[in-house]
Amino acid sequence: MQKQSLIGGFSDAPKQSAQAFRAAMNAMARPGRLFEITGAQPPVPLSVAGGALVLTLADTDTPLFLAPSHDVPEIRDWIAFHTGAPIVPAAEAMFALGDWSALQPLDQFAIGTSQYPDRSATLIVEQPLLKNTGAALSGPGIEHQHHLNLPDLQPFQNNAMLFPLGLDFYFTAGTQIAALPRSTQVTPALQESV
Amino acid sequence: MTQNGQYNFAYLDEQTKRMIRRAILKGLAVPGYQVPFASREMPMPYGWGTGGVQVSAACLTADDTFKVIDQGADDTTNAVSIRKFFERTADVAVTERTSDASVIQTRHRIPEEPLSEDQILVYQVPIPEPLRFLEPRETETRKMHALEEYGLMHVKLYEDIARHGNIATSYAYPVKVEGRYVMDPSPIPKFDNPKMEMAAIQLFGAGREQRIYALPPYTQVVSLDFEDHPFDPSKADHLCALCGAEHTYLDEVIVDDDGTRMYVCSDTDYCATRRAEGHTGTMGTPFTEDAA
Repeated sequence: MQKQSLIGGFSDAPKQSAQAFRAAMNAMARPGRLFEITGAQPPVPLSVAGGALVLTLADTDTPLFLAPSHDVPEIRDWIAFHTGAPIVPAAEAMFALGDWSALQPLDQFAIGTSQYPDRSATLIVEQPLLKNTGAALSGPGIEHQHHLNLPDLQPFQNNAMLFPLGLDFYFTAGTQIAALPRSTQVTPALQESV
Repeated sequence: MTQNGQYNFAYLDEQTKRMIRRAILKGLAVPGYQVPFASREMPMPYGWGTGGVQVSAACLTADDTFKVIDQGADDTTNAVSIRKFFERTADVAVTERTSDASVIQTRHRIPEEPLSEDQILVYQVPIPEPLRFLEPRETETRKMHALEEYGLMHVKLYEDIARHGNIATSYAYPVKVEGRYVMDPSPIPKFDNPKMEMAAIQLFGAGREQRIYALPPYTQVVSLDFEDHPFDPSKADHLCALCGAEHTYLDEVIVDDDGTRMYVCSDTDYCATRRAEGHTGTMGTPFTEDAA
């Protein structure tokens, strides 16, 4: 284990994780809106936002899947030291972390059961950049319409059709975070130039 | 005396807060669905808001301003003790003013003043399962939610009409969330039901029953009814005796041995604010800061 793995966690976990969770909760409650989430300095290629989210939500009770893009010893060691989350195959994961293409296919993740729709995976999708343009989002948490540059369209539409089952997504880039729960309807952006 | 340093921030340990936080996120992702969580024993009895307290503990940040109401009032035992609890264990600022609060924990009321996007409303829930009094078995109610089998609830409301001529359910009036889950709004008066489509995040915690559920902002919340018996968010047909408000939910107070009644706003902060603005009801006196 590199010494690098031992640093970069929260310096004041109770207060920083509370701040980070507020950002994560606001993101999940207002799909597509961008929020700042900081406090972690994880090893590359994991973003600050992705790292802070893992520190806030993952622990020994939450099996985590590392997609090939993020399955490097530095990240494995960092997550092991700071959270203790067991690294597992995709089908057993409560959380999954990686690039969009590395997380495919989506049907390898748990979508919950009809009696327990909460027993589904949350995917943390690392993106180069987040901005409020692109696909139009509507549903709970959205007054009129939000926009987000989703990495794809059809998979999210299919996911929403599974409601109340389905996957929930966090998108992270730099220190920014946005979310797309299964309850959100996704339509293509009609007037992208506006 | 602040007791910082003797407890972890906001009382609960970090692993417990992570578990509650994960449940809250799943609750927001599936609005109206009751997420099981490993409720902890809290230093207060069940029925005193242990669920709401755990949800508040998982949500509070050091920068928050916290308000607690019990049936609308800031100054009842339950509200005062929970407010003091977080003042001591999280060192958060507290307030009685609805508009100044960032997190509001409530027992059985929604504040009269509309909430903003920057606020969070945490409900204390005694029985989260709306079907529980119709079907006592958890295994069965869980199936009924999975199958969206809510006929029994309509039978119950119909029996109200058959017996009383109208839907007699006046609090904990069942709602349907986004056309999918039937949800118990906690024992708020049905007068408050239409307010649930709001800009703030709403979180529901049931400590003894070990359930958390949630409503994201602007979620569609429809009170169950029939075409010929539409939902009626009724209230006592009086004005507030202190502030003269005609649009607020009123408490009925018996003031003497002859049964004389007065009706006053249940939301104490709203009533005091109106009186400070110069509104006076039939039994009210002009507002002074240190009265009462």
